[in-house]
Amino acid sequence: MPTISISEAKEQYDAVIVGSGAGGGQMAYSLTLAGLKCVVLEAGRSYNPYTETPMFNRPDQAPLGGTSTPDKDMGFWDATVDGGWDVPGEPYTQGSDDKKRRFTWWRARMMGGRTNHWGRISLRNGPYDFKPYSYDGLGFDWPISYEEVKPYYDKVEMLIGVHGTNEGLENVPDSPPGVLQPPPKGRIGDLLTQKAGKKVGVPVVPIHRAVLTKPLAADTIPAKLHPGNKKAQEIVAKSMRSRAACFYATSCGRGCSIGATYQSTIVHLPPAEETGNLDIIANAHVREVETGPDGKATGVVFIDKTTGKEERVKGKVVILAASSGETVRIMLNSRSNRHPEGVANGSGIVGRYITDTAAMGLQGQIPALENLPPHNEDGAGGSHFYSPWWGHEAQRKGKLDFPRGYHIEVGSTRNMPGGNSPVSMRYLRGLYGTKLKEEARRYYGSFITLASRGEMIPNEDSFAEIDPKVKDKWGVPVVRWHWKWSDYELNMALHAERTFAEIFDAMGGKATRPLAKSGHDILRPGGNVKHEVGGARMGFTPKDSVCNKWSQTWDVKNLFLCDASTFVSNPDKNPTLTIMALAWRCADYIIEQSAKGNL
Amino acid sequence: MKTEREQSRISRRDIIKWFTAAAAVSQFGPALSFGQGAVGAEGYGQDPKVAGIFKPGDHWPLTLTSSQRKTVTALADTILPEDEYGPAASSLRVPDFVDEWVSAPYPRQQAARKKILPGLKDIEELSLNLEGERFSGLSLKLRAKLLDRVTGEGSKDALAKRVAGFLHEFTSICMGAYYGTPAGWKAIGYVGNVPSPTFNGPPQEVLDRVGVTQTVK
Ligand SMILES: Cc1cc2nc3c(=O)[nH]c(=O)nc-3n(C[C@H](O)[C@H](O)[C@H](O)COP(=O)(O)OP(=O)(O)OC[C@H]3O[C@@H](n4cnc5c(N)ncnc54)[C@H](O)[C@@H]3O)c2cc1C
Ligand code: SF4
Repeated sequence: MPTISISEAKEQYDAVIVGSGAGGGQMAYSLTLAGLKCVVLEAGRSYNPYTETPMFNRPDQAPLGGTSTPDKDMGFWDATVDGGWDVPGEPYTQGSDDKKRRFTWWRARMMGGRTNHWGRISLRNGPYDFKPYSYDGLGFDWPISYEEVKPYYDKVEMLIGVHGTNEGLENVPDSPPGVLQPPPKGRIGDLLTQKAGKKVGVPVVPIHRAVLTKPLAADTIPAKLHPGNKKAQEIVAKSMRSRAACFYATSCGRGCSIGATYQSTIVHLPPAEETGNLDIIANAHVREVETGPDGKATGVVFIDKTTGKEERVKGKVVILAASSGETVRIMLNSRSNRHPEGVANGSGIVGRYITDTAAMGLQGQIPALENLPPHNEDGAGGSHFYSPWWGHEAQRKGKLDFPRGYHIEVGSTRNMPGGNSPVSMRYLRGLYGTKLKEEARRYYGSFITLASRGEMIPNEDSFAEIDPKVKDKWGVPVVRWHWKWSDYELNMALHAERTFAEIFDAMGGKATRPLAKSGHDILRPGGNVKHEVGGARMGFTPKDSVCNKWSQTWDVKNLFLCDASTFVSNPDKNPTLTIMALAWRCADYIIEQSAKGNL
Repeated sequence: MKTEREQSRISRRDIIKWFTAAAAVSQFGPALSFGQGAVGAEGYGQDPKVAGIFKPGDHWPLTLTSSQRKTVTALADTILPEDEYGPAASSLRVPDFVDEWVSAPYPRQQAARKKILPGLKDIEELSLNLEGERFSGLSLKLRAKLLDRVTGEGSKDALAKRVAGFLHEFTSICMGAYYGTPAGWKAIGYVGNVPSPTFNGPPQEVLDRVGVTQTVK
């Protein structure tokens, strides 16, 4: 993406957007297409998926076969630039030494943020998910309903392209006819899991992922997305035509050089750039939001990482979309006489009620899958099937010892070998020679991985604050994380463990490890699924929340939060589709309110 | 079949580069002598050029001595020999990979180095004890016989037990290398990494074997 330096920036922008990932990208797209002059400040470097993605590179062409290292936590080809579990010189700290209370934080410092390498799983929250307190008395309700967000889910799905099916399941909304793209065929492990799922009462259906299985309908969709805006329609149609459909090879985690998958750098930023209304400043590490005497935001202060100098940009509206944890950090670091506890923090809620996905996984070895005739299972670069949560009825009858639910992501294992042994060495102990090769071939692809992704209930012990002692290398105080899983999540993890064992059993297979007795043994640490949300939740009043239902902070009316920091709860549905839907909705509100002179 | 030396992709320029790097490390950092101790190189960082085509030695110096590489080659070719499934490990450059692995500056690889280097010594010693000859000098048949003695059941002396543990780790590294190549893919039955306008799912033969039907039309 083309970028400018601070010396080329305008005196004032209609909107200053911090972050270029799912939230920031969506805001840049929606606002610039509506004619607003915007600047995006991105802490990382510029990135071009069309030229930088290692599409067909093989393990024998990469260091250590491409296996993961502390420099590249998810393997050499993973699209993450300058990030991962650690960002050198930019630490975060833990509120407790207790291992069970550890928080892990995945950050990417690059144009497009984590959308370059995310899993592309794109699920809508359902009606219950927006009213969880009303549903079971736990947590809090959102100030919006599914019906209010639905038109934006429709628009985002049409824009980014999501494959999947409408199954009519409880709390799993269908998309309008014609919106979803056709799902890819089931892999052998998917189909076997589906069959076994039937035996144990777990529905297994095609998953929804932001991957094009056919070209987008560039002649019809743009008019639905931008009615009455000819210029926007033309730009979006051109952008859609530049994206090819998936060619069923290469893992999406590397990024996609043919534009078949949603990355902010493929779908959001190029059309925004094309409007001529967007400036992007890369390597801009935002420290704080500045406010004027009237209490309104005037712009942001950032460190230009190329010079180390402090710089400013001004805007009529400021939008934070730096990812929920970074947005909280910027808000808490924005202290002034008027905002002594951080900007827009009159409620004292900034940093509170952070949740992640409660996740665990179990692998099964399935004799029926041994020694299968070789066949291509690359598919659409990620999971093809999943199980939406099926236990509502059992919960209503009081049969389960946890609230809410989890979905299951099905993982096949006939994927590209190399780097590590393609079969766990447990199955090959003591072997060598032709016998080793025979056994490797026998077991290869005979494993199925089931991963549970469950809802965590917000609690008082899981929050982020500013560490009073530690600063990053730019002199900006860092986040200190506090974490605690409750019995709800621990019990849910054990339920998933037992369910997975039953599914493996129903297909004549067996778990590859002994089953856990405690949820702590299997639940991944907080943050580990990279679905950390909350910290500046939306709500009904300035007392119980940081922003209103438009993602507009109560205290500073021209400050908006457009990442997952505004989330009130963290349904099992992965957050990114909702981040984009809420951002688009917020953009429409900004456009309308700006036109009325209300900001 | 070509010998490993004939195929080596390690250029003279690379060798000079590593020696210079090693000299720099030993002047200013912990002493480094090839084939021993920890490696002094740096990793590729968090923003390497990922779209490039690389070979062992491109990111950090390789550190095995030629004698260690001989053992590695003989052992890798015993573990993954030429047979009906595919070629021998050394013709797929597995020894280069092993060298890259044990020379890498990352914790997992450094831990492996601590087992692999003494293991290479141990297996040579065991070979001398049992066969009166260096392992790398034995025929494939005798090398296999030695591995049988080490991996088989029954009581073993401390040296043989150590060698068994080392073999497990060494085999694992070789597997990662061997099966990361097109010939390795063929050997294990991986088909893919080729673009296709459609994804047809498992063929009928596979569906029938497993007893399922395709549910996505
Ligand atoms: C491996 C992986 C798999 C995932 N899979 C899925 C999935 O399948 N489905 C799903 O829904 N979600 C998934 N996620 C989560 C998804 O990536 C995030 O929900 C999404 O990217 C969040 O969007 P965002 O805009 O809030 O933040 P990001 O995408 O993280 O973007 C934030 C941007 O802000 C920049 N920034 C941060 N701080 C500052 C600052 N101080 N100044 C300026 N810029 C700053 C960052 O550099 C970054 O570019 C996955 C994440 C990972 C890591
Ligand atoms: S699987 Fe498809 S969408 Fe994913 S990277 Fe490959 S071509 Fe792109």
